[in-house]
Amino acid sequence: MNFLKTIVAAGLVAASTSAFAADITGAGATFPFPIYSKWADAYKKETGNGLNYQSIGSGGGIKQIQAKTVTFGASDAPLKAEQLEKDGLAQWPMVMGAIVPVVNIEGVKAGELVFDGETLANIYLGKITKWDDAAIKKLNPNVKLPSEAITVVRRSDGSGTTFNFTNYLSKASADWKSKVGEGTAVEWPVGVGAKGNEGVSGNISQTKNSIGYVEYAYAKQNKLTYTGLVNKAGKTVQPTVEAFQAAASNADWSKAPGYYVILTDQPGDKSWPITAATFILMHKEGTDKAASQEAIKFFRWAFKNGGKMAEELDYIPMPDSVVQQIEKTWAAEIKS
Amino acid sequence: MAVQSDVIDDAGPYDRAKALSAFKLGDLTFYWITRLSAISVLLILGGIIVSLIVGAFPAMKEYGLSFLWTQRWAPSADPPVLGALGPMYGTLVTSFIAMLIAIPVGLGIAIFLTELCPQWLRRPIGMAVELLAGIPSIIYGMWGFFVLGPFLANTFQPFMIKIFDGVPVLGAIFAGPPSYLSLFNASLILAIMVLPFITSISVDVFKTVPPVLKEAAYGVGCTTWEVVRSVVIPYTRVGIIGGVMLALGRALGETMAVTFIIGNSFRISSSIFAPGTTISAAIASEFAESDGLHQSGLILLGLLLFVLTFFVLAAARLMLLRLEKKAGK
Repeated sequence: MNFLKTIVAAGLVAASTSAFAADITGAGATFPFPIYSKWADAYKKETGNGLNYQSIGSGGGIKQIQAKTVTFGASDAPLKAEQLEKDGLAQWPMVMGAIVPVVNIEGVKAGELVFDGETLANIYLGKITKWDDAAIKKLNPNVKLPSEAITVVRRSDGSGTTFNFTNYLSKASADWKSKVGEGTAVEWPVGVGAKGNEGVSGNISQTKNSIGYVEYAYAKQNKLTYTGLVNKAGKTVQPTVEAFQAAASNADWSKAPGYYVILTDQPGDKSWPITAATFILMHKEGTDKAASQEAIKFFRWAFKNGGKMAEELDYIPMPDSVVQQIEKTWAAEIKS
Repeated sequence: MAVQSDVIDDAGPYDRAKALSAFKLGDLTFYWITRLSAISVLLILGGIIVSLIVGAFPAMKEYGLSFLWTQRWAPSADPPVLGALGPMYGTLVTSFIAMLIAIPVGLGIAIFLTELCPQWLRRPIGMAVELLAGIPSIIYGMWGFFVLGPFLANTFQPFMIKIFDGVPVLGAIFAGPPSYLSLFNASLILAIMVLPFITSISVDVFKTVPPVLKEAAYGVGCTTWEVVRSVVIPYTRVGIIGGVMLALGRALGETMAVTFIIGNSFRISSSIFAPGTTISAAIASEFAESDGLHQSGLILLGLLLFVLTFFVLAAARLMLLRLEKKAGK
């Protein structure tokens, strides 16, 4: 299993915090941490109930919820249905983010350049090494591209971002799938590795003729030159909240047990192809039922009131249709 | 006087034995406390080795000795293919280049400070060197990333690449394209980081050279260079090597700064301007989100670093012993 990751320290962190924690405790993915803590803050102001979220990484979140040391776990990579069944867990997507390719080429502005999955994969495979390669030119007949070597930048640390990016490349390119595959850390054929989204952003803004991939929020906040992508329907899309939400609503959530949907390469004319949800994991029958109910109340509140806050932080709220479905899941699965 | 001495004589044998035994007890306690402290180091070390071996066992079983010469690092393959050659190469190369730069510079600073420097300049320079040791490694990493990297890639590396283009061996070592994140950048940062270890210790041991020796040498007409070369350095050789060993230990194990600037590529390239990785950088990058065989492989890397450091330090000890024997003749 790729998702079953461990953090040695995670046990220590959770053990030491749960002793004097607020009524709800959660642990896991680092990517949604800013929005979870913002929600918790607003929720506390409104209801007086606190929430303690430890961002220890997706793997740690899964470990902690399996060990029942927290009320909920959070992971960027969903667990498969059989795994959920085995551990007695319920799972649903909470909020979304998107991953965008970013470049630094002199004279090229944000949104001008367009890639498709195949070309992106070939750049990351080291098959396309110059910006004026025929494949890139074909997609961008109107953009002036230099005859310079491409500096490929990617993550050096294991990350959910890398998981979703490589998952997309695997879907878009058979060659990538067989040579590299998907995972939180993969065998990169070329390029330099930088730590964290901030490391990749920093590298891209400093290095001329470079390409990388970051969470949408980082691209936006650091004013990086993002690119458009050709999606599964063959349409060119730009990274916008509408495009990310289109990917989520076009995904077939209803047929996926445990909401096991990886949002990359979804159908639909408007869908952004590298969209990713981050997931919540909870025991169907928690040891502390009061805390479970309290947590559900919080999540319900967040779905209802948290959309705007999420957008302010450049996250993408779940579409209403999905939220309604999640409500049904709660009623059916979480025992009080 | 007589009375007093009588009293002492009377009390003499009895009290003396008692006092001595009290001393003995104190001595014994002291002996055991210090001995236990010393032994605890061995116990802790043993504990670390045992837990590393236990953690690394699945990977050892899976890959065996081929772990040492496999260059592929594909944790997401099924089953994962892991090999330590890339990180081992990076660790040794960066440490080697760092020492190549830091030893002469560090010794130079120390010699200047103790032998040549005007009194008023001594404190500022000495403090500056010690401040270098106080800077957190993440700051070095950031500086390497934002300042040194761009300078190297835009100015220094193109220059070197041009000069050595077409020269056998050297041409391959200094091959392009220039990169912000490279083995060379990491080596430079490491050199700066280990500099204070070499300098401070060398300054301290240089100060232990008896002035008489130096004065005698100056008296027979030696120049400063000759005094340093033939009196100061031979006299303090053991201390200098101790400092170099400390520095080397740090260079081999430094993690945070290196992770920032080495480029984290598991591929071995003949060029030092290419990205690479070290054992500790690989562990720091991937440990948090690893599991199963991947995690075990990372722990095995840790064990390797442990063994590698042990052998490097042991080799240094041996070299020292041989040096001493030679000097003894």
